[in-house]
Amino acid sequence: MEKFILKYFNLIRTIIAILIGFVISISLILLVSKDSFAALGYLFLGPFGSISRMGNIIELATPIIFCGIAIAIPFQASQFNVGAEGTFFISAAFGTAFALIIQSLNLPRFIYVVVVLAFAGLMGALWGFIPGFLKAKYRANMVVLTLMLNYIAYFISIYLINYHFRDKSAGFLTSYRLPDSVFLKQIIPNTRIHIGFLIAIAAVFIAYYFLYHTTLGYEIRMVGFNFHFAKYSGIDVFKVIVLSSMIGGIFAGIGGMSEVMGIHRRFLWQSLPGYGWDGVVVAIIGRNNPILIMFAAFFLAYLRIGGQVLNLLSDVPYELVSVIEAIIILLITAEAFLENIKYRITVKEAEKEVFKNESPS
Amino acid sequence: MNPLLKSIFSTTFLFSVLRVATPIIFPALGVAISSLSGSTNIALEGIMLVSAFAGVVVSAFTQSLLLALIAGIAAGVLIALILGYFSLKLRADIILAAIALNLFSSGITVFLLYIFAHDKGVSSSLKSLVFPTIKLGVLAKIPILGGILNNQNILVYIAFLSVIVYYIIVFHTPLGLKIRAVGQSPDAASSVGINVVRIKLYALILSGVFGALGGLYLSMGYVSWFGRDMTAGRGFIAIAASSIGSNMPLGTLLGSLLFGVVYALANFLAPINIPSEIIQVIPYIVTVLVLTVYSARTAKEKEIGEE
Repeated sequence: MEKFILKYFNLIRTIIAILIGFVISISLILLVSKDSFAALGYLFLGPFGSISRMGNIIELATPIIFCGIAIAIPFQASQFNVGAEGTFFISAAFGTAFALIIQSLNLPRFIYVVVVLAFAGLMGALWGFIPGFLKAKYRANMVVLTLMLNYIAYFISIYLINYHFRDKSAGFLTSYRLPDSVFLKQIIPNTRIHIGFLIAIAAVFIAYYFLYHTTLGYEIRMVGFNFHFAKYSGIDVFKVIVLSSMIGGIFAGIGGMSEVMGIHRRFLWQSLPGYGWDGVVVAIIGRNNPILIMFAAFFLAYLRIGGQVLNLLSDVPYELVSVIEAIIILLITAEAFLENIKYRITVKEAEKEVFKNESPS
Repeated sequence: MNPLLKSIFSTTFLFSVLRVATPIIFPALGVAISSLSGSTNIALEGIMLVSAFAGVVVSAFTQSLLLALIAGIAAGVLIALILGYFSLKLRADIILAAIALNLFSSGITVFLLYIFAHDKGVSSSLKSLVFPTIKLGVLAKIPILGGILNNQNILVYIAFLSVIVYYIIVFHTPLGLKIRAVGQSPDAASSVGINVVRIKLYALILSGVFGALGGLYLSMGYVSWFGRDMTAGRGFIAIAASSIGSNMPLGTLLGSLLFGVVYALANFLAPINIPSEIIQVIPYIVTVLVLTVYSARTAKEKEIGEE
């Protein structure tokens, strides 16, 4: 039992954090709702209430998976950043502009889609280069840097779309509609789940393979694990920091464009959609491991959809979900949370080992 | 004279610069003092929100400005204390803990707004108070300056006063000396007997007080209600403003005023169809440049890598 706890300590800790988040939210519901039993049902079972709601979970998880990976790759090199938000946004804006410009070439569907996604990925890499380079070269604070770059990305994108690609016939601020041939088609009827979801799943495994089975991935993790050790063992730290930021950018860029091509079919955001922050959240919950990030994204999407159902059908507001999320993140990031339990078990185990080894002699 | 230029150099424009800069000056001082102690506090967004909310609710239920002020500051300091507890005691990364607290503040204020006011957008059904504006009387007749300062909210004055208070705390008190020592080299500070954790916590508390005043101004001066996520990124802009000023009092003030000018300008330009995005993006680019130049200068002898 003790060995089991030690082996899966991080997982158990995460689950306990989630349970505490749930207990607090249940107490809040009991406190404020007139029909708390029904409200609990909406929150926890509501997301599974219909095919379209289950579809909503997958739709919402798709951009979050991309952003989670985008944040996690530089995180692995311990380059803390919040840049996925801006990268996602500006790549989607420039990707949309690019798709509209090359529309007249009448490319075959498959090639058109691939070229546009590749362009968005490239845009993401370029945008990721800026903080990576400034951090590696000048040691600028990456969190603040990426925070500012998010705003810069936002203003540039809004300017590009509103002043150069704005569809004046639409009743709201939006770009022209993308041509049908560049849509990512929906794959499950009665939902808006689209091919972008499959790309996201592929991205998870590509990122996993990259981080754990390639030299660059190893170097990234080594820089994160022990900066000085990595440096003195001959890893080019400058290269690793810049590339980790750029590769993260590729995932955010493709994620942004896939959202436009699969769901909205035009660039219609007038404010930052917040998927980059969600990316930070799932990267924390998933401990920067792409596969765990995928599950964390499903979990987050499940919570959010539960919150929406709750909001719609009961007297408890949606924002309860933000409170749950916040408590879970706080407890997961608190390294010292449950640490003394781990310590006690480790000591006990060690004592047992010692006695076992001593007794025969 | 070009009507645009004329309106820019008018007293109404400068009046609105001060009005718009105030909710940036306060949190910028908050960011600056915690940065001096060596922690990047990105939770000002959340601190301002809970203070703005607490001020409105308490003033509505007690009709007392003093109690609203106390409640607002208490709420902001509470968030700062939670941040301190998690980052200093439970060793959570301060950035991640702050992200969580921003999320928490955004959620809990709307949640409670719904409970108290049965509205999820604004608190207009609550009869909350505002802080008074200052009428200068005869002094209002002073050319230009009178027009800029007359009828400003008392918290606008307090914002400028806070810059001086910040200066005094940082450069003329033992606490300020310790804060700077801890920020420059925690090990050296601890070797001369300074309790590093405690000093960092004090800096965070001060950060909470400054942020709280900014939040109170937003909901009880700038406007007279609480709205969901009404800080609208000012807590993050504050980080830019203090970075522009390298956490020094005058620099931080000027950084905040730069944002004030830009936002006031964007408002003035809105009706005449000049793309305000181009102007609004400028301070962020300035921030990136200043940040880079500043870190390049201080990084000479340090290693790249750990944050």
